[in-house]
Amino acid sequence: MTSASRTAAAQASVSGIRASRRAPLVWAAAGIVALCASVAVAVTIGPADIGVADVWSVIAAHLGVGTGAEGVSPIRDGIVWDLRLPRTLLAAVCGAGLAVCGAVLQSLLRNPLADPFVLGVSSGASTGAVLVVVLGVGGGALSVPGGAFIGAVCSFALVMLLSHSLGGTTDRVVLAGVAAMQLFSALTSFVVMTAADAETTRGVLFWLLGSLGGAGWGDVRTGTAVLVLVLAVCLAHARTLDAFAFGQDAAAALGVRVARTRLVLLCATALLTAALVASAGAIGFVGLVLPHAVRALTGPGHARLLPVCALAGAVFLVWVDTLARTVLAPQEVPVGVVTSLIGVPAFVLVLYRTRRAR
Amino acid sequence: MTLNAERVSRTAGGRLILDGVDLSPRTGATTGLLGPNGSGKSTLLRLLAGVLAPTSGLVSLDGSPLDRLGRRDVARRVAVVEQQTDTQVELTVRDVVRLGRIPHRRAWTPASAADEAAVAAALERTGLTGQAGRLWHTLSGGERQRVQIARALAQEPRELLLDEPTNHLDIQHQLDVLALVAALPVTSVVALHDLNLAAMYCDHLVVLAEGRVVARGEPTEVLTTDLVAKVYRVDAEITPTGPAGRPHVRFLGTLPG
Repeated sequence: MTSASRTAAAQASVSGIRASRRAPLVWAAAGIVALCASVAVAVTIGPADIGVADVWSVIAAHLGVGTGAEGVSPIRDGIVWDLRLPRTLLAAVCGAGLAVCGAVLQSLLRNPLADPFVLGVSSGASTGAVLVVVLGVGGGALSVPGGAFIGAVCSFALVMLLSHSLGGTTDRVVLAGVAAMQLFSALTSFVVMTAADAETTRGVLFWLLGSLGGAGWGDVRTGTAVLVLVLAVCLAHARTLDAFAFGQDAAAALGVRVARTRLVLLCATALLTAALVASAGAIGFVGLVLPHAVRALTGPGHARLLPVCALAGAVFLVWVDTLARTVLAPQEVPVGVVTSLIGVPAFVLVLYRTRRAR
Repeated sequence: MTLNAERVSRTAGGRLILDGVDLSPRTGATTGLLGPNGSGKSTLLRLLAGVLAPTSGLVSLDGSPLDRLGRRDVARRVAVVEQQTDTQVELTVRDVVRLGRIPHRRAWTPASAADEAAVAAALERTGLTGQAGRLWHTLSGGERQRVQIARALAQEPRELLLDEPTNHLDIQHQLDVLALVAALPVTSVVALHDLNLAAMYCDHLVVLAEGRVVARGEPTEVLTTDLVAKVYRVDAEITPTGPAGRPHVRFLGTLPG
């Protein structure tokens, strides 16, 4: 081939890549618009009959813009600003965080079924959190997210140890995750039952199935801070995550310091999972479903996959939570019940596809 | 100057896998690494790639010890093609070849024009330009190996290490992959099982047995009836009837012992 035609071929492929790279930017912009719109609409939906205009004027007043909300009673103001908005924002943060954790774990463990819930990390975080909340473990020195983090790391270590001694194949890791999830769920239930008060049953439901019902501004702030931090760490490792596609040895040969990278990223996902579980319980399957759906849009590169995953996860959980609190209104369905109803068929689908690929 | 191994040894689980091996591949040439299973070929390649550290001895690149160079710096010079690779990620041929640019890229920055040019050149060199959009899991074994070689070339290495790249390939693809490797303007070290393929495509051969070098030199010097009997316990007739007068090995049967 002549050098002229070689240059032409190179240019053609470069422009082809530019065109395909624009698409994820469009997706990201669409995601941001969809997220803002979802939050704006979701806060107007609820059992208390508050007009759309009133909801927005309350929020505008608290943000210091607009003309104020004189016509709205303090109770309604409270419902919108102290209940609905933090709950919707926490749903967005949890959805984003769990989707990012799932995407990172799937790459790092080379396992399409990896997800903080499936691997038992969320359950471990729940156990750590209830030990602090119910039994006061740590004597006040340990915060709820701190306890959740220790629980998450413990269950992670258990799953890695179990799956390693079982042979480390995809399905063995999942089986080890199931074992850890059952163990830590049982421990969580047991610890909550020891408290034995009127709130017990509700508490078990919260920690095992997840709920955004108790969301406050403190949860939103902590969750957002940890999400931003962990997302930044993961994005800084985006190329490294790509390098794991053909396994650890291949990643090492591409210049990745495998042990250090795994440690940093596994700790980052454990930290994020812990922060989310501490304020919303163990919401399942978000991290499993979203990355697979988003990969179909953005392709496998993590530099594009992770931010779009975060946006898609946020939008997803805002709507799932809206559904969970309206479908049986005034009764509320735990949000984890809805995500499992969506997630389990997706889990089976992914399992089926990995079977066929083998 | 290129990769150089001096008296490297490696133990694993109390067993000595490599025992004081010297290897200095000639710049730009193709060196074949021969020896039965368990003779230490793969371990030697992993030491040369810096993925594994020697228990004793030294691997250097242009005179600098490999462990004092950063992992990324090594990966910009030395590329590895493994025996058989697979992924569960849905990747196109171009995605896989792009992985080769990872050691050259910095965090937070998208691929540069130089990255894309290297990917395009690697695809063209391996004859894959027209297949860049195909998905990895639809490729045959030979095509996958070709894609991995393209990925290695996208690293723009000066040294290329291949661990039995022809395993599980049909004969056409075996010849095809090795002809491609032999024609590349890089220093390559290839672990091989097939003595005839080694004779056809390598400039230089090194034979390992039980972790030690038992023969080295040009194919005509190395491949002798004695060596094949000693190393593989196989009776063979060797004649200069291969392509371009290279040795051709005809196996006659196993030897007792």
